[in-house]
Amino acid sequence: MWKWLHPYAKPERSYQLASTLLPWFAISSVILLTIGVVWGLAFAPSEAYQKEYYRIIYIHVPAATLSMSVYMAMATAVLISMVWQLKLADATAAALAPVGATLTTIALITGAIWGAPSWGTSWVWDARLTSYLILLFLYLGVIALNNAFDDKALASRAAGILTLVGVVNIPIIKYSVEWWNTLHQTATISKFDSPSMSTEMLWPLLINITGFAFMIGTLTLIRFKNEVLARNSMRPWVIELATKEGIK
Amino acid sequence: MNPRRKKRLTIISIIFSGFAAVVALVLFALSNGVDLFYTPSEIINGKKNSGLKPVIGQRLRIGGMVKEGSLVKNNENLEVSFVVLDNTHNVTVTYTGLLPDLFREGQGIVANGVLGENNVITATEVLAKHDENYIAPEIAEAMKQQHDAAKAKKDAY
Repeated sequence: MWKWLHPYAKPERSYQLASTLLPWFAISSVILLTIGVVWGLAFAPSEAYQKEYYRIIYIHVPAATLSMSVYMAMATAVLISMVWQLKLADATAAALAPVGATLTTIALITGAIWGAPSWGTSWVWDARLTSYLILLFLYLGVIALNNAFDDKALASRAAGILTLVGVVNIPIIKYSVEWWNTLHQTATISKFDSPSMSTEMLWPLLINITGFAFMIGTLTLIRFKNEVLARNSMRPWVIELATKEGIK
Repeated sequence: MNPRRKKRLTIISIIFSGFAAVVALVLFALSNGVDLFYTPSEIINGKKNSGLKPVIGQRLRIGGMVKEGSLVKNNENLEVSFVVLDNTHNVTVTYTGLLPDLFREGQGIVANGVLGENNVITATEVLAKHDENYIAPEIAEAMKQQHDAAKAKKDAY
């Protein structure tokens, strides 16, 4: 059943696959983000009470939602690396961490900017904000551990353990607004049958989330390619590739 | 799956579920402390599961809806007072200062202050709690008209 996947365990094949996919991801993300951002920021109606500044959700919500998806992707890669001991899974996890950390930072900053006028404060230590800040620290810890050892295998194992331990935080972030009293509102679009948002505001948001996903894919593919090259720099195929590009 | 992989997967699963259980128990034990605020009924009757009741003079946060028509502004200074309610209970909050942009009657708020006699809270900070609903102005207008029409119909009886 999984036979078709086996050739991709070879770094060379995966590198080629990433190169083929990269332009498609890049083009899709540019198109979707252009439509989503222009529609959301310029054409979507203003909100009844927040007027114009609600539009920051077109950046905040995609970044926040997908930062957690990136974490789960990273944890899946770590699990595969630990159980099946695939070196490529380590490269994937290492490629994902900085992308996720950036998204988390974006979500925290946009949230603080939105909170200042609407809540009256840009930070409060409620369950959602605190657990989400922990997510940023987890990402930073994973990045630090990945770079803390000269031995890549050892580095990936240390970072991997932290990643798996940190998975506990993801449901806490997701359900913090339901389990406890928080200042942060509950989810707007998690219930697809009846989203708590006008349709003409929801569409650009959904497009932006998809656009962000493709952008994350693009960045991860670029980083994945670099990781594969760095981890296989002594292999004949990498040397051949480098000579072809004119690098000595 | 070959036995070595199966063993590794089992070990990871056991360690992870153990760790998750520890975190779950800690959070469950701390749940009263993790709550950002008391609701009005919790101030009057105590927390649901622990019965923990705030005492007079205690610094706390209260969260709930601002009761329609309860906002009283002082003409001389920035003093305001309003009633915060949940489904069953009311608590009065007094505050001196500027209210946040989203503050209005019928809106959720979180106020930080000191509990005084007769369940009156003297707040030092009032935050607006935005709900998860995002509505376009025309729809809000339409909803309001519908609401007013329904109310007028009810009043006519």
